[in-house]
Amino acid sequence: MSYITIFIAAIFVNNIVLSQFLGICPFLGVSKKISTSVGMGLAVMFVMTLSAIATFLIYHQLLKPNGLEFMMTVVFILVIASLVQMVEIALKKTSPALYQALGIFLPLITTNCAVLGIALLAVQKELTLLESVCYALANACGFTLAIVLFAGMRERLSKSRLPQIVQGTPIALITAGLLSMAFMGFSGIGH
Amino acid sequence: MNSISRQNLTRGLIRENPIFVMMLGMCPTLGVSTSALNGLGMGVATLFVLILSNIAVSLVKSLIPDAVRIPCYIVIIASFVTVIDLLIKAYTPALHGALGIYIPLIVVNCIILGRAEAFASKNTIWQSILDAVGMGMGFTIGLTILGALREILGAGAIFGYRFLSADASPALLFIMPPGAFIALAFLIIIFNKLRGNK
Repeated sequence: MSYITIFIAAIFVNNIVLSQFLGICPFLGVSKKISTSVGMGLAVMFVMTLSAIATFLIYHQLLKPNGLEFMMTVVFILVIASLVQMVEIALKKTSPALYQALGIFLPLITTNCAVLGIALLAVQKELTLLESVCYALANACGFTLAIVLFAGMRERLSKSRLPQIVQGTPIALITAGLLSMAFMGFSGIGH
Repeated sequence: MNSISRQNLTRGLIRENPIFVMMLGMCPTLGVSTSALNGLGMGVATLFVLILSNIAVSLVKSLIPDAVRIPCYIVIIASFVTVIDLLIKAYTPALHGALGIYIPLIVVNCIILGRAEAFASKNTIWQSILDAVGMGMGFTIGLTILGALREILGAGAIFGYRFLSADASPALLFIMPPGAFIALAFLIIIFNKLRGNK
């Protein structure tokens, strides 16, 4: 599996949000404005890549040699939760500017199922360390692309007059459906 | 059963339905609802985890320091999810294949952590069980309806039984990812309409 294929497949063909349905909560929740959605996307990119490295090392160095693969879910979610806390503390100390930009999104990421999902999928697909990092980064890019596109559409929609019955979630879901349909046009690339 | 118990039990079914009203647990909702059976399986798995975690959280609520309660809840939930995951793998391997990655992801389903934090950490065991049953049933019913709708429209079948003739072609779109968003949008519209008219 070449690295370019991983990227194209993860961003366009099997987009994490629009075709695998991971990370739907932030996708629907933090997508009212483009600027906040960019912040969320960057925070996810940061945490997802770090957690891919951490969970890879823990799985292959700690769990697998000891026959504890079934503990994967429990261990991974703890690693991700503590990683998010650590990143938050480290960012606050070392880079206040970055903390200002990403800070409010970090606590939300613990419950973002995309991060845990990617860690589990990378193990399931038996990727190497470098492939796992690429896979996580590519999926995070896919997440960012989807959420930014979606936020752009929602900014426009907020200015248009809609029938009262579809306002709010229904129109957001229909828009997401159309976006997902557009991404289906990429299927077949990279096979 | 007194009125508070009844209220706790029925709250999740319609008034605070996790799928149609609260918009919780959207990832499994959209991801596994390709058929009524998958939706039902996922719903029941979530129901069990929800009941068990609500019992456990309500039992240990006075022992856990406030500052670390969320990590503790997550560990409790993750343990029960692992148990359910292994049980499904052992007894219904076909369902395990169909639900795949979404079973371990029950851990990050906001419904479960949400009920642990908002309800089980403040109430008695019995009331927490009722709340879990109500919420879990609401989730299961919503997921099964969405799964059935997508299966009927997208595969011309219901619970695996195909009612269309072999040469008829159903709207395949509804089995595919975009269909999940669109079907859910219209179910929410219908749900709101029905609720508004009551």
